[in-house]
Amino acid sequence: MAIEAVDHSHWSPLLGRLWLDALPQEPIVLATFVVVALGGVALVAALTYFKLWGYLWKEWFTSVDHKKIGIMYMVLGLIMFLRGFADAIMMRIQQSIAFNGNEGYLNAHHYDQIFTAHGVIMIFFVAMPFVTGLMNYIVPLQIGARDVSFPFLNNFSFWMTTAGAVLVMMSLFIGEFAQTGWLAYPPLSNLAYSPWVGVDYYIWALQIAGVGTLLSGVNLICTIVKMRAPGMTMMRMPIFTWTSLCTNILIVAAFPVLTAVMTMLSVDRYLGFNFFSNDFGGSPMMYVNLIWIWGHPEVYILILPLFGVFSEVTATFCGKRLFGYSSMVYATLVITILSYLVWLHHFFTMGSGASVNSFFGITTMVISIPTGAKLFNWLFTMYRARIRYELPMMWTVAFMLTFTIGGMTGVMLAIPPADFVLHNSLFLIAHFHNVIIGGVLFGIFAAINYWWPKAFGFKLNQFWGKVSFWLWVPGFWVAFTPLYILGFMGVTRRMRVFDDPSIQIYFVIAAFGAVMIAGGIGAMLVQFAVSIWKREELKDESGDPWQGRTLEWATSSPPPEYNFAFTPIVHDIDAWDDMKRCGVERPVTGFRPIHMPKSTGTGLILAGLSTALGFAMIWYIWWLAAASFVGIIGYAIFHTFNYKRDYHIPVETVEATEAARTRQLAAAGA
Amino acid sequence: MGTQHAHPNPDAHGHDDHGGSHGSMREYVVGFLLSVVLTAIPFWLVMTGAIPDKQTTALVIMAFAIVQIVVHMIYFLHMNTKSENGWTVMALIFTIVIVVIALSGSLWVMYHLNHNMMPMSHDMDMRQVP
Repeated sequence: MAIEAVDHSHWSPLLGRLWLDALPQEPIVLATFVVVALGGVALVAALTYFKLWGYLWKEWFTSVDHKKIGIMYMVLGLIMFLRGFADAIMMRIQQSIAFNGNEGYLNAHHYDQIFTAHGVIMIFFVAMPFVTGLMNYIVPLQIGARDVSFPFLNNFSFWMTTAGAVLVMMSLFIGEFAQTGWLAYPPLSNLAYSPWVGVDYYIWALQIAGVGTLLSGVNLICTIVKMRAPGMTMMRMPIFTWTSLCTNILIVAAFPVLTAVMTMLSVDRYLGFNFFSNDFGGSPMMYVNLIWIWGHPEVYILILPLFGVFSEVTATFCGKRLFGYSSMVYATLVITILSYLVWLHHFFTMGSGASVNSFFGITTMVISIPTGAKLFNWLFTMYRARIRYELPMMWTVAFMLTFTIGGMTGVMLAIPPADFVLHNSLFLIAHFHNVIIGGVLFGIFAAINYWWPKAFGFKLNQFWGKVSFWLWVPGFWVAFTPLYILGFMGVTRRMRVFDDPSIQIYFVIAAFGAVMIAGGIGAMLVQFAVSIWKREELKDESGDPWQGRTLEWATSSPPPEYNFAFTPIVHDIDAWDDMKRCGVERPVTGFRPIHMPKSTGTGLILAGLSTALGFAMIWYIWWLAAASFVGIIGYAIFHTFNYKRDYHIPVETVEATEAARTRQLAAAGA
Repeated sequence: MGTQHAHPNPDAHGHDDHGGSHGSMREYVVGFLLSVVLTAIPFWLVMTGAIPDKQTTALVIMAFAIVQIVVHMIYFLHMNTKSENGWTVMALIFTIVIVVIALSGSLWVMYHLNHNMMPMSHDMDMRQVP
C-alpha cells in the first residue's frame, strides 16, 4: 500500500488548520465514529430523560469530596481502559494476519497511531487515573482525615486529567494522533517528520493532564504530612499511605521534567527552535535522556501504590500484622531514591559506552533488591497464616507469581550486553507488560475487589470475579509468552507486516490470549453489573466486611460525607485492628457541627477552558487560544473572590447520620 | 484550605500560623535589595565584558544564580531548619539530591553520547554532512 501524501496545508483565520480533511476518512474510524456518536447521543438522551444532569452536576461534577473524586477517577480509568484495550486487540489481530504478503486490515498511518495511542492511553489515562483515584479515596480514610488538604484543587486536578483524556479521544475523530510511539522521540516528532496535528494532540493532552497530576501530587503529600489523626506517627502509617506518599513525592519531583521536555518540544514545533533537531546545536539524544529522567520514576509512580495495596490485602486476608513493617517502609524509600538513578537503562544502545552503561546496569540490578525484600515480606506474612482466598487475595497471589517473572526478565534487560540483543524487541514488550499488567493492573483489580464494599456498601459478586480472574491471568500468559519467545528470535516491536511465515503461529497464539483477556474484561463488567443488580444480597452493614486492620474500615460503608464524626486516636500500626482488640466503643453522643469545604464548578470550568486552549493550539486557531487563555486566567482570578468556600454540617444532621449508623450496626449484630 | 483547621472566617486565612513564619518588612526589603544586586552584577559582567573569558563569565553567572536561589529561599520562602517541623529542610535536601542526580547524570551521559556518537572532527559542520 503506497503512503498517500495528503496535503494538510490549509489554514484559515477562523478555523486554523481545521478543515474537512480532518474528519474521519477510513471506514474503520468512520464506523467507530458513528457508533460512538450514536452511543453519545443515547447517553445524553438517557441522562436528560431521567433528569440526571442536575444530580450529576451537584453531587458529582462539582463535588470536592475526595471519595466522589476518587470514584470519578476510577470511572475515567475504566472508560479509557476499554479504549486502550480496543487498540491492543486491533494490533494483535493485525499482527496475526499480516503474513505472506497479506497487508492486514490497518494501513501504516492508522497502525502507527494505534500503537502510540495504546501506550499513551494505558499509561497516562488508565494507570494514572486508577492509581490517583485509589489514593484519593483511601488515603484520607486511612489517616483518619475528613478530606484532602486542598479539596477544590483535588476537583480541579481530576478535571484537568479528564481534559487531557478528552483531547486524546478527540484525536480519534478529528485529525489524527501521533504516529511516533508513546514517548514521541524527535527527530520523528519534529515538525519536519510529523507535520500535522498528531504530535500536537500528544503534547497538549499530556501538558494539560500533567497539571492535574502534579497538583494532585502536591495535594496528597500535604494531606499525608499534615492531616494524620493524632497518634499516627510516620512509622504508624498504613503501608498504602506510605507508598502513596512516596509515589506523590516522585510525581512532584518527576513531572516537572516531563513538562519541561514537552515545552521544549512544543517550542521546537511551534516557534522553530532547535532543542531536539539535528541542526544548530540541537540534540535529539537530549530528549531521550530527559524524558527518561521523568519516565523511569513514572513506572515507580505507577507500581508503588499497588505495592501498598498488596501489603494491605495480604495483612488483612492473612489475619495478621504485615511481616517486616519497617523494612517495607525503608524498601519503599530506597526505591523512591533509586528510581532516579536508573533512567539510562532505557537507552543502553544509544552509545554511551561501557562506563556509563555498567553504572546504570548495576543501579538497575540494585533496585531489584528492595523489591525482592517486599516480596519476601508478603510471603513471610502468608507463612503459616490462615489465608482467606477471597478475590483480592487471589489477585495478590497472581501478582506475586506474574510480577516475579517480569522482574527477572527486567534484570536480564538490565545487563547491557543482553540489552543490546533484546532492545526494542518483543522481549522488551513482553517484559514491561509483564510488570505493568502483572503489577499495576492486577493490583488495581485487587484494590477494586477489596475496597468496593467500602465505597458502595456491598461486596462484588464472587462468581463473575473468579471467571474474570481465571480468564485474565492465564490469558495474560497466553498473550505474552509468545512475545518473549519472538523477542528472543529478534522480532522487533511496532511491526505492521511480517515476511517470515514461520512466526505467524506465535502471533496467532498471542491474539488468542488477547481474546481471553477480552473475556476477562467482559466478565469484570458483568461482575460490576450483577453486583449492582443484586446489591441487597451482597450488602455489608458492618462497614468492615473483611475484618480489616486500618482506619478506613472503622467507618460505615459508604462512609458519611465527613468520614469520621470524631477524629480517631491512633495507638498502633494497624489502628483499627488495635481499636477492635481493645474494645474501643464507638462514640454515640457529644457530636459537634463539622466544618466542610463547599462544592464548586470552577474546576470543571477551568478544565473546559483548558481543553479549548489545547484544541486551539493543536489546530492553530489563534483567536480561540488567546480567548481561552484569557478566560482561564480571568476565571481563576474571579474564583479567588469566592468566599463561600466552606460550610458547617449542622449537629442535628451529624446526630441523625450517626444514629442511623448505630441502628445499622445493632441490626447487623455487631 | 485544610478542612481540619476550622476558621470561623475564611478571610482570616492569610495570617494564621501553620508552623512557618511570614517574615517582616525588613526581611522582604533585604531580600529584594540582595536579589537586585545579585541580578545587576551578572548583567554588568555581560554588558561590559569585565571578564574576557566567556566560560569564566558563564561560571560566575551560574554562581550568582545559585546564591540568588538561596536568597529567595531564606527571605521570600522563609525557609529555615525549624519551619514545618523540619519538613521544609527535608524537602530541600531531597530536591537538591534529585537536581544533582539529574544535572550531573545528564552531563555525564550526554558527554559520553557526544563523544561516542560524533565520529567526525569538531571543525566539520554537521549540516553539511549528507
